[in-house]
Amino acid sequence: MDLKDIMKEENKVYSRPELLDDVHMHYCPGCSHGVVHKLLAEVISEMGLTERTVGVSPVGCAVFAYNYVDVDWVEAAHGRAPAVATAISRLWPDDVVFTYQGDGDMAAIGTAETIHAANRGENIVMIFVNNAIYGMTGGQMAPTTLIGQKTATTPYGRRVDLNGYPLTITKLMAELDGTCYVTRQSVHTPGAVRKTKNAIKKAFRNAIAKKGTSVVEIVSTCNSGWKMSAKAANDWMAEHMFEKYPLGDLKDNVEC
Amino acid sequence: MKGNEAIAHAAIRYGCDGYFGYPITPQSEVLETLEALMPWETTGMTVLQAESEVAAINMVYGGAASGKAVMTSSSSPGISLKQEGISYMAGAELPALILNVMRGGPGLGTIQPSQADYFQATKGGGHGDYHLIVLAPSSVQEMVDFVALGFDLSFKYRTPAMILADGIVGQMMEKVVLPGQRPRRTEEQVREQCPWTANGRKGMRRRNVITSLELESSRMEEINNRLQARYAEICANEPRWEELGVEDADYLIVAFGSVARICAKAAQLSRDKGVKVGILRPITLWPFPEEAVRKAAQGKKGILCVELNAGQMIEDVRLAVHDALPVKHYGRLGGIIPSPQEVADVLEREFVK
Amino acid sequence: MTQEIIIAGFGGQGVLSMGKILAYSGLMDDKEVTWMPSYGPEQRGGTANVTVILSDERISSPVLDSYDIVVALNQQSLDKFSPRVKKGGILIYDVNGIHKRPERDDVTVYPVDAMGATLELGNSKAYNMVVMGALLEAMPYKLPMENVMKGLRKSIPERHHNLLPLNEQAIEKGRTLI
Repeated sequence: MDLKDIMKEENKVYSRPELLDDVHMHYCPGCSHGVVHKLLAEVISEMGLTERTVGVSPVGCAVFAYNYVDVDWVEAAHGRAPAVATAISRLWPDDVVFTYQGDGDMAAIGTAETIHAANRGENIVMIFVNNAIYGMTGGQMAPTTLIGQKTATTPYGRRVDLNGYPLTITKLMAELDGTCYVTRQSVHTPGAVRKTKNAIKKAFRNAIAKKGTSVVEIVSTCNSGWKMSAKAANDWMAEHMFEKYPLGDLKDNVEC
Repeated sequence: MKGNEAIAHAAIRYGCDGYFGYPITPQSEVLETLEALMPWETTGMTVLQAESEVAAINMVYGGAASGKAVMTSSSSPGISLKQEGISYMAGAELPALILNVMRGGPGLGTIQPSQADYFQATKGGGHGDYHLIVLAPSSVQEMVDFVALGFDLSFKYRTPAMILADGIVGQMMEKVVLPGQRPRRTEEQVREQCPWTANGRKGMRRRNVITSLELESSRMEEINNRLQARYAEICANEPRWEELGVEDADYLIVAFGSVARICAKAAQLSRDKGVKVGILRPITLWPFPEEAVRKAAQGKKGILCVELNAGQMIEDVRLAVHDALPVKHYGRLGGIIPSPQEVADVLEREFVK
Repeated sequence: MTQEIIIAGFGGQGVLSMGKILAYSGLMDDKEVTWMPSYGPEQRGGTANVTVILSDERISSPVLDSYDIVVALNQQSLDKFSPRVKKGGILIYDVNGIHKRPERDDVTVYPVDAMGATLELGNSKAYNMVVMGALLEAMPYKLPMENVMKGLRKSIPERHHNLLPLNEQAIEKGRTLI
């Protein structure tokens, strides 16, 4: 049996989602972003939303999300994605608008925009990739960096007396009346990936039904920033991150 | 109608799609008037009080990126906060209208009128090599007219435009003629007229990406060159100014905004005493009407630049006339408005003696 | 015709709204108008003033050094603006609370008891319209009363239109003070 016999349509068990471009990604091997991009591409095309979806990409590693997922994108200034998404969503009420934000974007520089967009109950989806570090700029402390975690700017580990506590922004957002669905997921196992996909789908459904703001936090790895192998990063995340950022729904107001 | 209220009416009548703002004196009447007029019930215009100036300008960025005619307004400290977003809009080549009803600075400064943001408005303001189209109204009527002009120019050249007003024009009440109601563009019209915008890949067209980022230096240089070529085109086509009694004058006053009107009265007072003074009022501060100033200065004995600042526009006037004739500055700071007699006295003291 | 007018007094005396009604009345009479509130440092200390210009021609400066008519409603305003009435111009002031009278013999001076007249009307809120009546009577440019009423109608919120007759009465009362 040669390769041609194997590569037949009837033998196909998996293929690249049609909205995921066939290009090299700039993400490090082992990074969670690639998986999350793939899930977004799948969800948008499966739900038939390609012609009415606008993504807002952040500053950070995911700044180039617009090079990979084949929908319209607006690249926002650092932290401002929820404000940008607010306007697009209000001015194009039939569109589905999502933001894709990292921990710096969501929980440091953009905290005000994040909280207020959610508090207004904007009909948008916020995808929040929390890897507890600033990957793009070379591994500095994030607001979600764990106590004791070493980064470029906490070389001896994060200390409460110097740097305060890890910020659980998603928990804060669950408190707001404007959010309808707030969940925390991960993509470190096939099962977790499936759950995350369902969460993203639900969030998009909420936006279409104009139920308010949906937040999907994805606790993620940054093996380069953490200076670990991909496998070790996954293990470290399960062992340390899930304690501070436990997986599951924090809020679900929508029956479906 | 007050200048600030007039802006709100003019925006609705232009068919503006969205206004995003945050209150700050002396321009909060813009948002207040819009909220009171409830245009979402009539034209469908979106009006939103944002959580900050930073959020407001980024809403404008988003709205413009999606092809809509959107605007914001603020006053000096708030405009400083907006500079990040304005730079991004210049970089992403987005049209939008920004109103600055200037107050005195630096810092929190004063709520009284000022023209101290001339440098910020005309020389860039935020980071990077860019310009805004800057219009300086001197009457409430021009506040109205410049909404349409500002939007039209910004869409024509795909660059943000700013109305640089001062607290006098914002707070003053005058007779205005409002334009008729223009319908807002439909979604189909927006897609057709601005096919580059991000609002969903309707008809499965190629994706549009609005960004100001380009890490490849050679491509970033190309983008910058394209912007500069467009700025050169604007400089060639769009300078606007007004002249008053320039021809037979011995002396020229150059002033913009409401100050130009104070100077017009001063010129009248001087002429009553036999001193012939003319006024040149730049309407576009960028592009600066350099050629017009140069021509108007020919055969004159001196130029007085009157500004509510420590001498900002005077630099552009000097660049225009080189050293052909003496150019003097007169300015009041901190919210003080010079009176016509004061200006006439200064002109006599500086030049006539 | 150009009338350059300043109305000055305490904040709360209705100075700005009187200026607004005057400006709207001029507008209804087809004049060019500007209304410029005290938007300089002088508004500190509880004083308020407004410059109103009514003209047949395009108006240049909304800010002035001297005025055809000064209406001063307290001592500070009188002290400040009485020297700035143009020669041959008009100075109107409310005599209440005035201890130092203006020394101008080159202008027409009308000391009026506007507060007293208002109290006779029985509604202290009509004070500024009593003053307005005096101003309209003294002003060389005769603004037709029907256009003043149109101006009032335009500048008063509709829910207060039941007060229009009171305002009209106050203006007429004010006219008798000149």
